[in-house]
Amino acid sequence: MHNRHEIHETIRMIRDENLDIRTVTMGISLYDCVSDDADRLSLNVYDKITKTAEGLCKTAEEIEKEYGIPIINKRVSVTPISMIAGAIPPHRMADLARTMDKAASTLGINFIGGYSALVQKGATRAAEALIDSIPEALAETERVCSSVNLASTKAGINMDMVAKMGHIIRETALRTAERDSIGCAKLVVFANVPDDNPFMAGAFHGVGEGETVINVGVSGPGVVAAAIKEAGNCDFSTLAETIKKTAFKITRMGQLVASEASRRLGVPFGIVDLSLAPTPAVGDSVARILENMGLERCGGHGTTAALALLNDAVKKGGVMASSHVGGLSGAFIPVSEDEGMIEAVATGALSIEKLEAMTAVCSVGLDMIAVPGDTPADILSAIIADELSIGVANTKTTAVRVIPAIGKTVGDTVAFGGLLGDAPVMPLSPYSPAAFIGRGGRIPAPIHSLKN
Amino acid sequence: MKAVISVTGKDSVGIIHKVSEICAKYGVNIAEISQSVLQDFFAMIMVVDIAALTIPFGSFVDEMTALGKANALEIHTMHEDIFNAMHRI
Repeated sequence: MHNRHEIHETIRMIRDENLDIRTVTMGISLYDCVSDDADRLSLNVYDKITKTAEGLCKTAEEIEKEYGIPIINKRVSVTPISMIAGAIPPHRMADLARTMDKAASTLGINFIGGYSALVQKGATRAAEALIDSIPEALAETERVCSSVNLASTKAGINMDMVAKMGHIIRETALRTAERDSIGCAKLVVFANVPDDNPFMAGAFHGVGEGETVINVGVSGPGVVAAAIKEAGNCDFSTLAETIKKTAFKITRMGQLVASEASRRLGVPFGIVDLSLAPTPAVGDSVARILENMGLERCGGHGTTAALALLNDAVKKGGVMASSHVGGLSGAFIPVSEDEGMIEAVATGALSIEKLEAMTAVCSVGLDMIAVPGDTPADILSAIIADELSIGVANTKTTAVRVIPAIGKTVGDTVAFGGLLGDAPVMPLSPYSPAAFIGRGGRIPAPIHSLKN
Repeated sequence: MKAVISVTGKDSVGIIHKVSEICAKYGVNIAEISQSVLQDFFAMIMVVDIAALTIPFGSFVDEMTALGKANALEIHTMHEDIFNAMHRI
């Protein structure tokens, strides 16, 4: 049987260190919904989502109660909508976002992902129509999340679409300007997007996935921060071991919840995503982990090395604890969703250039960053191109979720509240990349994409 | 099948009695008790057998949580599997 220490440790992690399951996400294929009648397609999508995920919230709540582990979010991801909407008129595309929103509301889930397109090499007519409809879709829905894959190590970077997304992000910001441009908080662009990510805003049900799947995202920055603090002034090997052991325990809990949810819902288990996902709550911050390692402030010199160590140790510890690991798996560094990051930006310790460097060694990318509202589309596109290049060249996932805060400038703050948090507006380089972005075409795949 | 009930809070007369009363009421057998009082602080870990539980486990958790609230105690009732998952390979 378990000794007192083990029992206390588990209870302390949950009660005092914010350990939780961040999300149980059900992936649902919508291939069988296809129709060339837009009304029929919407109806099929609504019925499929609401029938398939009917028991999701109830089951997750039962598991939460029985195991005493909080499950913060119950969510649904679906087949990228552009893949099932090829036969409907482009102006009806956003209807599907409204349908997803309605289905999410019926199910009682806070986000639904999959208003997405995969255009790393080229865009189909439907993919372009979907991208064009993103501002409308995000302005008129509450719970829909949208993502676009613009690049991959195999295909290179679709710069035509990168240029387009700069305009789409600006328009989305403008259309939700009265709510601090919140539409952009639900829109993310990727390089090397994973098919089985359970986290929003980038979750969708990948093309090679089965009919339905359960993916679970764990959390626990607070637990890791506490473990590092307790380990004291140890050397790096001991530090890495401490993180690995903690990540193992966190992931085992994710695996337990995933297997239980899968069994009770009769839906195959997909993956556990071993991410350290922060929240704006005090004691739930990735930045504070880095500071507990010995940095005066997250963003100072040494931050990239600290993050690289953390990210690697989390994966090594977690991978043995789960039968299948996937998704984004690593440490997230969103600005607005992390109390320590917010403070680091507000005090001037953390710049966008440093954040970009940090994304080379962690998941996922420039995440939840507010920039001045008058930032031109080509600068947004250039930020995206830089970030995606890091992903393409390093064969890893990178992403950009950037919020041009309409009507605001450096020194102001956008406030979304809840899990999305608050973000100080960050300064950008004023020099124009317009001629570069305007070239069009594709940046070729790097030489190491030729692995065959 | 086992569960772990942990009880912490300010010490008072009859805490163990109240907890075990609910256990007995629903067919829960107490397998192990480890309890201490440090100054005024009461701490107890109880391992119980829930094989013969007469109500759904979720409802039993609710009963225990309510008991804790009514007596200014923190009571956590968790299925044993969570500890197995975390601490055993």
